[in-house]
Amino acid sequence: MIERTPILNAVTYFIMILGLILILGPFWMIFTASTQSLQEVTAVPFNMTPGGDFLKNVHAAWDRANLGPALLNSLITSLLVMVGKIALAALSAFAIVYFKSPLRHVFFWMVFLTLMLPLEVRVIPTYNIASDVFQPVRWIIQTITGIELSLQWNLLNSYSGLVLPLIATATGTFLYRQFYMTLPDELAEAAKMDGARPLRFFIDILLPLSRTNMLALATIMFVYAWNQYLWPKLMTTDASYQTAMVAMRALVPSVNALPEWNVSMAGALIIMLPPLVVVAVLQRWFVRGLVSTEK
Amino acid sequence: MAEIGIKDVRKTYGSTQILHGVDLNFKSGEFVVILGPSGCGKSTLLRMIAGLEEITSGEISIDGKVVNNLEPRDRGCSMVFQNYALYPHMNVAANIGYALKVAGVPRAERDRRIAETAKIVGLEELLDRKPAQLSGGQRQRVAMGRAIIREPKVFLFDEPLSNLDAKLRVQMRVEIRRLHKRLSATSVFVTHDQVEAMTLADKLIVMNKGHVEQVGTPLEIYHRPRTRFVGTFIGSPAMNFFDTTIAAGGDHVLLDGIVQAIDPVLGGQNAGTAVSVGIRPEHCRLVPAGTVNSVPANVDFIEELGSGRIVHVEIDGLSFAVSVEEDQFFEQGAVAGLQLPSEHIHLFSQETGLRLDDAPAATRQPAPKTVAA
Amino acid sequence: MNKRAVFKSWWLPVLFALPQLLLILFFFYWPAISVFNWAFTLEPAFGGAGERLFVGFDNFRDVFADSEYWRSVSLSLFFAFTATGLSMFIAFILAICVDRQLKGSSLFRFFYIWPYAIAAPAVGLAFRFIFAPESGLIAVVNTWSPDLWNPAKYGSHAMILVIICFAWKWIGYNFIFMTAGLQSIPRSLLEASSMDGSGPVRRALDIQIPLLAPTLFFLLVLNLTESFVGPDTYGIVDLTTEGGPNKATDVMVYRIVSEAFRGLNYSGAAAQSLVLIGLIMVFTFIQFRFVERRVHYK
Repeated sequence: MIERTPILNAVTYFIMILGLILILGPFWMIFTASTQSLQEVTAVPFNMTPGGDFLKNVHAAWDRANLGPALLNSLITSLLVMVGKIALAALSAFAIVYFKSPLRHVFFWMVFLTLMLPLEVRVIPTYNIASDVFQPVRWIIQTITGIELSLQWNLLNSYSGLVLPLIATATGTFLYRQFYMTLPDELAEAAKMDGARPLRFFIDILLPLSRTNMLALATIMFVYAWNQYLWPKLMTTDASYQTAMVAMRALVPSVNALPEWNVSMAGALIIMLPPLVVVAVLQRWFVRGLVSTEK
Repeated sequence: MAEIGIKDVRKTYGSTQILHGVDLNFKSGEFVVILGPSGCGKSTLLRMIAGLEEITSGEISIDGKVVNNLEPRDRGCSMVFQNYALYPHMNVAANIGYALKVAGVPRAERDRRIAETAKIVGLEELLDRKPAQLSGGQRQRVAMGRAIIREPKVFLFDEPLSNLDAKLRVQMRVEIRRLHKRLSATSVFVTHDQVEAMTLADKLIVMNKGHVEQVGTPLEIYHRPRTRFVGTFIGSPAMNFFDTTIAAGGDHVLLDGIVQAIDPVLGGQNAGTAVSVGIRPEHCRLVPAGTVNSVPANVDFIEELGSGRIVHVEIDGLSFAVSVEEDQFFEQGAVAGLQLPSEHIHLFSQETGLRLDDAPAATRQPAPKTVAA
Repeated sequence: MNKRAVFKSWWLPVLFALPQLLLILFFFYWPAISVFNWAFTLEPAFGGAGERLFVGFDNFRDVFADSEYWRSVSLSLFFAFTATGLSMFIAFILAICVDRQLKGSSLFRFFYIWPYAIAAPAVGLAFRFIFAPESGLIAVVNTWSPDLWNPAKYGSHAMILVIICFAWKWIGYNFIFMTAGLQSIPRSLLEASSMDGSGPVRRALDIQIPLLAPTLFFLLVLNLTESFVGPDTYGIVDLTTEGGPNKATDVMVYRIVSEAFRGLNYSGAAAQSLVLIGLIMVFTFIQFRFVERRVHYK
């Protein structure tokens, strides 16, 4: 950059290193705590060097929070959300951008509005409908025809229940829409001159071209889905569907006994590792996905 | 090979009218160039022939069959786009062969035709490259190959050379012409570059503001522009104009008080008619000041071309560009004499912009050029 | 949308959009409408049968009459503004430093993004340990004088804790957008300004902040919305303080969920949700109308 004065550079480095301590300090504490014995971890002041009990703590945390199935559930849910979101987003953005249809704008605004209400403020009725998906269908049929149907579909304690409400938002659709908008119109026209019909164009041209987008969306959706807490917590009463994030509650030390922070931190470390790996390893894609979905 | 008929075709977007009723007929195998400034509706017209743009009213037919409601794939046209629109993720072979793949042509047949086409456009060595690894000229060839392989009845070109540098443009121009000679499919070529238009066209169409201004051979259009607009648009440097009225007698006008005779074939104008007098820079003559029949003119500045030069002179507030030969030199600030040979004068009505004579084109063919004295 | 729509078909786009359409109808629009319905009616809790009873604004009246609700509102406001300010301030300083592109700054950038990968509950659990009164980093102050720091006992300490959690987590996110924004400022502008004799601080104030303003405003609104109603606030509060001690961190989003699922007060929760929705609308309105218009440089 412009000034290369040593003093200014030193100040910059000083601030950046302070920032690094601020950011990485907590990670280091989580890590060291997870390697220490109960006695070490409760020592005051805290000893910042790692101990030798990591595996033992992980083992304890694994048992206490039932992490095996919980991690598996998280993985399944996250992958389903990721794949479902990408598929739906690519298709619905295709419908919005490439077709001349009076419904185009209606649909666009319907999708756009979903950005306005986060799951948290509609979580109760969402829970309600997840417990009885066909409720609106029954209501509509009954209002129109007067016939009462006995259609039932309960999503509580199921993968569909964990996944579907998380897919019902607009983020990915907008990412894809933006990507399609950057492609020159002539690309579709050339395909049209070459005789390709819409679906063919979508499969042969759009999908291969959107590979980088797909990766970007995949990373942010994976992190988003893995880190979900409130929704899975509410809807899984059956422990066999519990996700890792929900299982973490079991790691909160009890108030009355000596707090086993070493076990808690070992568990937390494992639970937060997958998204951290995604962000660290695929940072380029993650940042790109984040920046382009929000603007 | 196919004839194309365009009958009273109009296009409106909302309340803006882009095309105001266009009537044209293209003969089979003809190379047609549509020329006009940007926004004149030429690309829209081309895209309507291709089927990429809806026709608001009127009729387009290919080979006598109305195609208004046919999808592009059913019209037998292929198109070369201005930005080439190559599929970035496919290599050259896949780009060229995509239309055949869509059409379900078996692989062996497809490969054979890709090889054949690649040979025609000179891409045999590059079939495995991706578009990003190609130069502008090579991309242009891929786009052409993609158009050729389908053996279309009609080729459509939408300003295909405007993204190339000047040297390549000249080269590709020659190749397109050669290709047309070989395939002799009806070709429609849209451009805003008059040199491209003049060199390529069998039939040249000049458009402006959604209207067809003139249809003819390049020479007809150069020598007998039907409107003042065509006169200005064709030729470089642009035609010189001055506005005046026909003097008494109807056979001359006055420029700075000096009589400028009008060619007899243009004669018989009513005295007092408001006209624009046009003359091309290459038809003006600069002579030493004081020569008979010349108008004294101040030399304003000179553009050097090497093979000659363009001298800008000024007469009574009017400026004229004059192309002079290599061996004619003028000093900036000097006074020279400007001669406007009567047989090269064009007259346009100030009111309508239309040309003011109806003499048949044949009588206006230029005399073979003689070496300037 | 000034792209040419290339294909003509009315049923194909419907077919392509249908899966998404159904999902948002079922899991977004129906619940959103239900919130409205419930806010103005009284109905039995989960599984209860019977008609909903229209009660007009009664639910709202009950909510507004509750002094604890107003306390929750002011806690939320305090939390949102403090956490947003803190997070954005730190992220901005770091972004400006990294933007100087000194040797190794890409390494710093690499790490600064990490906090955003960590789920809010995990952040909560980790900081609960780091800031625990009996062990961890801060416990040492309690050896000087007992209970100098105890978030489990003092409401203000608990509030500081949740603010730190939220701010820390969102440094990563804010940093990403600020560096992206700073990068889009043409280098030539900064060079021109330094030719005019400005130092780094001057430049930050005169060039970088004004040109970054759209990004900063976007982040401001987003951070405020997220801290008000976002999942992170819920996750952090649930794993650190559970709204306590003595409801000192009982922010609006946490209160709504606990009212509905522990207190089984559906209609009250729906009415509170509606107020929150109104607030989001106001934020969004400000973003679109006011901010977008005033912060317009290009």
